[in-house]
Amino acid sequence: MRALRFLPLAVADALAVYGLVALGGQRSWWMFALLLAGTVAVNAIYLSKRAVPAKYLAPGIVLLLIYQVYVVLYTGYAAFTNYGDGHNATKSDAVAAILAASEVKTGESRPIRVVEKDGELGFQSGPGWRALPYAEIVARQAEIVKLRVPAEGGVLKTADGVTAALYRPTLTYSGDTFTDTAGTVYRDDGRGAFTSAGGRSLSPGWKVFVGAENFTSVLTNAEIRGPFLGVLVWTFVFAALSVALSFGFGLVLALILDGYRVYRSLLVFPYAFPAFMAALLWQGLLNTDHGFVNEVLLGGATVPWLSDPWLARLSVLAVNVWIGFPYMFLICTGALQAVPRQLAEAAQVDGAGPWRVLASVRLPLLLASTAPALVATFAFNFNNFNVIYMLTGGGPRDAGAPIDVGSTDLLISLVYKLAFGGSSRDYGLACAVSILIFAVIAAVSLAGFRRARRLEAAA
Amino acid sequence: MRLWRHLVGVPASVVALFPLVFVLAASLNPSGTLTGSNDLFAEVTWQHYATLFTDALHPFPRWFVNSLVIGVSTAAGSVFMGACAAYAFSRFRFRGRSSGLVGLVFIQMFPQVLAYVAIFLLLSAFKEVFPPLGLGSTLGLIMVYLGGALGVNTYLMKGFFDSIPRELDESAQMDGASHAQVFFLILLPLVRPILVVVSLFSFVATMNDFVIAGLVLTDPDQQTLAVGLYQLVSYQLGQSWGVFAAGALIGALPVLILFQFLQRYIVGGLTSGAVKA
Repeated sequence: MRALRFLPLAVADALAVYGLVALGGQRSWWMFALLLAGTVAVNAIYLSKRAVPAKYLAPGIVLLLIYQVYVVLYTGYAAFTNYGDGHNATKSDAVAAILAASEVKTGESRPIRVVEKDGELGFQSGPGWRALPYAEIVARQAEIVKLRVPAEGGVLKTADGVTAALYRPTLTYSGDTFTDTAGTVYRDDGRGAFTSAGGRSLSPGWKVFVGAENFTSVLTNAEIRGPFLGVLVWTFVFAALSVALSFGFGLVLALILDGYRVYRSLLVFPYAFPAFMAALLWQGLLNTDHGFVNEVLLGGATVPWLSDPWLARLSVLAVNVWIGFPYMFLICTGALQAVPRQLAEAAQVDGAGPWRVLASVRLPLLLASTAPALVATFAFNFNNFNVIYMLTGGGPRDAGAPIDVGSTDLLISLVYKLAFGGSSRDYGLACAVSILIFAVIAAVSLAGFRRARRLEAAA
Repeated sequence: MRLWRHLVGVPASVVALFPLVFVLAASLNPSGTLTGSNDLFAEVTWQHYATLFTDALHPFPRWFVNSLVIGVSTAAGSVFMGACAAYAFSRFRFRGRSSGLVGLVFIQMFPQVLAYVAIFLLLSAFKEVFPPLGLGSTLGLIMVYLGGALGVNTYLMKGFFDSIPRELDESAQMDGASHAQVFFLILLPLVRPILVVVSLFSFVATMNDFVIAGLVLTDPDQQTLAVGLYQLVSYQLGQSWGVFAAGALIGALPVLILFQFLQRYIVGGLTSGAVKA
């Protein structure tokens, strides 16, 4: 029985040893060292008689370090690079890709025979190489057309598995510069690309540090700053109004329906319905031509609920309040029940009317006890990606803006579009905006929680 | 005196419930498109439910089971790790205690949606070394969720632990109970409401996530409800409206049922603990 206590640790150690062997095999020495240090630390914590709090914290902290801290640090690092479309890989990868892309066919096609040895494919026959029969050529076509066999200062490539032609790069790479056939020289411009004196760049480039450029471009580049500030303001408005309205409705309903169990069971439904489905559902209900709201409730009107900028803002707000008010209703119900009865009775004895009791006793106590939840809800709505993405996708799109941004975009959906949507994905810029969001939301929440604590102390 | 309360309660309930009634009607409507769904309950058919359970391209039953498995494991893991951490923060005094708690909440304010690429790269690396934790693995996805589970949960639960008098564990320790016995046998049963609330919330959050789930699990047989249903309707919401409605309704059932049964805990758990944090 006692030995059972060590079973989880033994399993963890066994997995760690497996991981160490695998990492060693791949020569990933950085990860090897981290895993080794982690394993030693975990064993020290659980084998020692002391360090009791650490025994309870270790599992959560380990996962937190891997999946949250690492991710935040990586985002912070990428925010200072030009990572994105055309700047994905290292410089040597970029050089190889540029050379390969510049290859042109030189000379006639010649017959070849595709051969194989130990699973490896080639064109030249020799001892141990086996010529592929036609059926196998067809079967492994995808592999064969990718073959690049070096020959005579270029490579042989085949399209059909029967003939091949010599391809030579039109660019020459030497001394860290590219030269094309016209004699134009492309130099490393220090920004992750080879650029000619005339300003033409070769594609692809590679990932380099660009300093604080991503941050400054958000704040100074007029093309990005305008939309960014608009989205920033809307994000604050959306989060604040979402909290205020859903809290308002929730509170009023909780006050009026206090003690009516059946309403509580009914009103909790929108909250229990998964939010992403609710947003998709409302997208259908608010559809301009066929939605229930227009067709039935408004008798065939064609109100552009989701495609007019201001109506779309109103709609996402209304839907978000629909999703959020039951939570506030539950919290307020609980908080009202938690207000000691004696306090209200004492106030009544002192001659306070019901409104006075409400305004001076019950509401202040309620506000104090719900304040942390309000701050948390604000933070949640600040980043309420699901509702926006499912309902409007951020749209309607602002046609005048140089980046893909719409009237209902929150900062978080803007980041998502910058990083993963559209034609030119700019992951470095997206990471920089992520860091800014993180800073804003952390500052607002910390200030909010501090304020909430003061409210509570006063209550 | 009572009537006017119903004058508020009934319209509020209608607003809250109408969209759900609409989903039910749409899921039973033979037309199956958004356009034809506005005649509620004019005709009734089970065909969309049948499609849902037989369509080989969209293995809905698999998605449903996957979502339940991932949701339950994540909820159980989160609540266990959160409770352990809350116990440490509530009952022990150690170096870095208060800054550790603030740090936890702080680091967790970084939303995982923003971490998309970093998580992708991390899991690609794991896939090379230890596939069960890498891309395309359900366990890998659960681990990502658990990595983001500690912050707010710990904060909520610590508040609840704090509200339980220390004298209780001190007297148990006098009687020779170890720290583990105090935790598992005395405190955990007493903080049950907050355990229920936290596991419910993390279950709901998991059911709702489609960004990270869609990134990690790409094989249709492995996908979750959120990812699968979203893909089902994202291009032609109007066309597959009936099937979507049926899927949404069944997908929402577990949470709807849980909420009805656990309401008592939610009201109690949210207020008695959360507010004393």
